[in-house]
Amino acid sequence: MDFVQLIIIGIVVGSVVGLGAMGLTLTFGILKFANFAHGDMMTLGMFTAFAVLGVVRGPTLEPFSIPAGLILAVLVAGSAVALLAASLDRLIYRRLRRRGSALITMAIASLGIAIMTRAVVQLIWGPLPKRYSGGINPSWSIGELRVKPDQLLIVGLTLVLAVVLYLLLYRTKLGKAMRATADNAQLADVAGIDTERIRQATWAIAGFLIAAAGVMFALQAQLRYDAGFEFLLPMFAAVILGGIGNPWGALAGGLIVGISQETSTYWIPSGFKAGIPFVLLIAMLIARPRGLFGSTF
Amino acid sequence: MLEAIMGLAMSLGDPTFLVTFQGAVNWSVGFLTTVAIFAIVVLGLNVQWGYTGILNFGVVAFFMVGAYTSALLTLGPATGFNAYILGLDLPVLVGWLGAALAGALLALLVGLPTLRLRLDFLAIATIGIAEILRTFARSGNGLVNRNEGLNGIPGFLAGTVDRGDYKWLLLAIALASLLLVYLLVRAATESPWGRVLRAIRDNEATAQAAGKRTTVYRLQAFVLGGAIMGFAGALYAHRIGAISPPGFTDLFGTFLPYTMLIVGGAGNHRGVILGSLVVGFFWFGTPLVQESLPDAIGTNVFVWRQFFVGLLVVMFILWLPKGLIAEEARVSRFLPRVAGGPSLRARITGRFRAE
Repeated sequence: MDFVQLIIIGIVVGSVVGLGAMGLTLTFGILKFANFAHGDMMTLGMFTAFAVLGVVRGPTLEPFSIPAGLILAVLVAGSAVALLAASLDRLIYRRLRRRGSALITMAIASLGIAIMTRAVVQLIWGPLPKRYSGGINPSWSIGELRVKPDQLLIVGLTLVLAVVLYLLLYRTKLGKAMRATADNAQLADVAGIDTERIRQATWAIAGFLIAAAGVMFALQAQLRYDAGFEFLLPMFAAVILGGIGNPWGALAGGLIVGISQETSTYWIPSGFKAGIPFVLLIAMLIARPRGLFGSTF
Repeated sequence: MLEAIMGLAMSLGDPTFLVTFQGAVNWSVGFLTTVAIFAIVVLGLNVQWGYTGILNFGVVAFFMVGAYTSALLTLGPATGFNAYILGLDLPVLVGWLGAALAGALLALLVGLPTLRLRLDFLAIATIGIAEILRTFARSGNGLVNRNEGLNGIPGFLAGTVDRGDYKWLLLAIALASLLLVYLLVRAATESPWGRVLRAIRDNEATAQAAGKRTTVYRLQAFVLGGAIMGFAGALYAHRIGAISPPGFTDLFGTFLPYTMLIVGGAGNHRGVILGSLVVGFFWFGTPLVQESLPDAIGTNVFVWRQFFVGLLVVMFILWLPKGLIAEEARVSRFLPRVAGGPSLRARITGRFRAE
């Protein structure tokens, strides 16, 4: 396939990785541990949207392949996963924090939650793959290049959410408090910031973003119960590339991961492209473990 | 042969097969063999996580590498439609040695760039290895026979006993291997070397201040654990005789060993063996009683047991973080026990390490 065409696919894939990685890096930066349930929250998000579509479908929004109900579905799925993530913090992680458990213990707890979430998705929706719509999405041709309207939608929504996140972090008091907590939680506490509330808000924001990423993922692929878990490695690679806790770095990292993964098929068989995020991750850990852009935001 | 197949089909189709004495014996022998192999994996994980605090989320990758290495070393050259590398027709024991070395090598490759950094970086790096190895095994042409996998892997000492009695020999091999690995890891972790590992886990800065090169020790522990997991993978491959990429799932090969470790008690070798037995009984036993469960659970018994295993991990971390048998708060067996040991409260809250 043409190299430029591969870059276009890479940008689409990278947008989804970046969208998921922005939430992952926020929790990593503020809660200080790697949340291994992030991938399965993505799965839950895409399937929740599927359930909403089963109730409210509406006409297909030309030129996209998606039904109008998907707009509502993204909002419902995002809110549901946000609520779940915040509740899990209340139920589990906050207890561990108060007890002074090691951060690495929380990482194991998150893996337990990941397994439970995946089981719940299978129990509700069964083991078979699903799709949002049966229709095909005809490509637009620009010279030799082909772009699907759905792909533009994915990139567009990622940019919109990135801008919203930027405004939230830099133009609101909550954002300021979040940045302070990420920088030094004890100092923030002393300064009168309710850091527990900040942590809840962080979970909620990360939950909304990952659910949106799940829906975007399922727009260009099938809904599978293990899709999110397999997406963990690219997202973590993006987080490390961009610097832990840095959402813009994570977005850029996501694009780097997506583009390198897709363009690699120009040289190597496509079966091996799954190894690219891992290679990037290891290379980054050797060369510059603080990330390309540093950890502050 | 036909008789054997008929017998198998009947035993699987007949829910009362456990009621017959022979059926119960057959199941128990197979179950204990599996648990022994899992317990070896968990002992390897105990060296990594229990003693050194290394979070390895790619256990199944080490297990898989061991299984494939031993199979490729002991199988004959590829024939017919099969296509795989090696096929050296070596003795099974050489295959096991190769499997342990392969596990150690993988640990070295992953550990070198990550173990000098934050603890969670290794966890992140290992989470994807298994998936990558499975993908490579599936898509590599002429590498390891893709999705068809490797079949006809020779059993250890298979020709020496009657076919019907071979299961007893398999059990004996698995139990002997478990004992060997148990003695090995006990000797290692009770030595001064093992004390350094625990010191690194509990307070790395202090260990460094005492002049220990903590990264080197961590790498050694990671490599030892990887070798043990590779060896367990080889035992598994020669026991079941056929392996393929879809068989090595994260749930079965990584998460189940973690559950066994956490339930049993990280940092206590006997505890994690007990954990393997208890969690193994739940995991492998639930499908047997599928028919007697309420329909809502029975039809999805494989998913429900997955859910409960995840729940078990979270519950133990919250309410019994030291597991069923807690780690002994004891520096060395040549020194007296800490008077009274940790209090019940400390055991439940898991706070006593810092005290």
